[in-house]
Amino acid sequence: MLISLNKRRKRFEILFFLAPSLFGLILFQLIPFGNSLYLSLTDWDVLSDANFIGLQNYSDILRSSEFWKVLSNTFYFIILYIPGIIIVSLGLASLLNVNAPGKKFFRVVFYIPVLTSWVAAALLWRWLLSPYYGPINEILSFFGLTGPSWLYDKNWAMPGIVIASLWKDMGYFGLIFLSALQSIDKTYYEAARMDGASSLKVFFKITLPMISPTMFFVTIISIINSFQLFPQVMIMTEGGPFGSTQVMVERIYSYAFDYYKMGYASAFSWILFVFIFIATVVQLYFQKRWVHYEG
Amino acid sequence: MKGRRFIYKRVLYYVIISLLALFALIPFFWMLSTSLKETNALTTIPIQWLPEKVSFSAYTELFTVFPFTRSILNSLFISVVGTFISVMSSAMAAYVFGKIEFKGREVLFTFYLATMMIPGNLLMIPNYLTLRSMGLLDSLVGVLLPSFFNAFGTFLLRQNIKSLPNSFIEAAVIDGASRIKVFFKIILPLVKPAVTTVTVLTFMGNWNAYLWPLIVLTSKENMTLTVGLSLLNGQYGTDYNLLMAGAIISIIPMIVVYAFSQKHIEVGFNVGSLK
Repeated sequence: MLISLNKRRKRFEILFFLAPSLFGLILFQLIPFGNSLYLSLTDWDVLSDANFIGLQNYSDILRSSEFWKVLSNTFYFIILYIPGIIIVSLGLASLLNVNAPGKKFFRVVFYIPVLTSWVAAALLWRWLLSPYYGPINEILSFFGLTGPSWLYDKNWAMPGIVIASLWKDMGYFGLIFLSALQSIDKTYYEAARMDGASSLKVFFKITLPMISPTMFFVTIISIINSFQLFPQVMIMTEGGPFGSTQVMVERIYSYAFDYYKMGYASAFSWILFVFIFIATVVQLYFQKRWVHYEG
Repeated sequence: MKGRRFIYKRVLYYVIISLLALFALIPFFWMLSTSLKETNALTTIPIQWLPEKVSFSAYTELFTVFPFTRSILNSLFISVVGTFISVMSSAMAAYVFGKIEFKGREVLFTFYLATMMIPGNLLMIPNYLTLRSMGLLDSLVGVLLPSFFNAFGTFLLRQNIKSLPNSFIEAAVIDGASRIKVFFKIILPLVKPAVTTVTVLTFMGNWNAYLWPLIVLTSKENMTLTVGLSLLNGQYGTDYNLLMAGAIISIIPMIVVYAFSQKHIEVGFNVGSLK
């Protein structure tokens, strides 16, 4: 009698504790997950009833030149951004890893962009990159260079967005690299120094191999984030000029909330999901292998 | 000789790190400088690094052309209430997953974690439609509702709660204390550092959130600061003194939060990166 009472109480308490998160999980994760898949198979446009059209949306998207343009824009961003962010944030981490006065101050300085919302950052960078009235081109002209029209030039708009993104993210990834650097056993360095290895050699033979899991992690996370670029594009260029900065989330947003093509936009978001899913699986697979290797 | 080489190295070190620091700071300097200019000082050639005439008109104009106070309050409301809901809900779930045994628990927990793979962009359309059918579009409550589920917070708090010693939690339960009491009186105080970390990170995420509130909120009175800024951008897209003044106001709370909880934020971001 007493035991069953305890059991009932336990069951009630478990339900009580899980109720709020289950509410959120079911209503705003699971049901919409299924709904989104269903919507992607319809032609629903809010105004008229939804018709089931099978994979029509998917084949329309994959056959549109726009999709491939969006994909190539995304890859262009990735190709510029990833080497950039690794060099800048690893460089930053190496600098912050040196025991020099002022380290704490610099740490804060590099973190302020991370704290800034993308909306504020994107407004700021559009203004910084203003061809005539912005300080970037003013600085370039100080060195005798004529800066491009940046966000107004289809060849320079994406590099402009990349620079803004590097500025925003370097402190975040810098701290991740810093903690990787700090976890390297100091005896490796001492041994190398005893053997008279140059600091360049130490970097390539010890530091780089030791932080390669972190490097891999930063790369994958950056790829996942790159597929989901949104506020910087939305505020800096709105996808222009001539569609040169159109990216997936910006397209999804536009189809869904400017044109109310909910079915088409949902199919687009499932294609995006496939890319992110592949990147995540790759990351989980290698992360496991590395953990085993170290253990 | 060695001393001189050391000095050279140090000088080089500070030159490089200062250049990077300039890259980080010049934009903020420009933001502040712009916000203190009058509109006609924005488009001069050459540009004015410092405003020739310091003026606070952008700040006062901000509050007249737009219900700016209202949007600050909306942002505060969403950040505070959304964070409270999110942290409480995930701490409660974390207690179950960390300390209360029952059949199917691990399966359910895996389920919770698996949702981290679903991008928010996939869910925004159906979630928008859910709010629409509930009649909650253009309402702050609508923006808040998805906060009830926070997989990352649940994961982080569960790790902490799991590592608490079982002995006195069990003892309290055997003594007849309800688990609800145990949760509030024993568990929560013991994992306060982790709760603080999740709280600060969630707060920052809510304050800076853009896409979801942009979709849900449409009327000026309901807008958050980020959505308001982007609307302002649509109407006064070239009045950068106005936009930069707004941007500065939006950053200040984040700097304050960071100043008080630097450790928690940095630790939290690192844990987040290893999930």
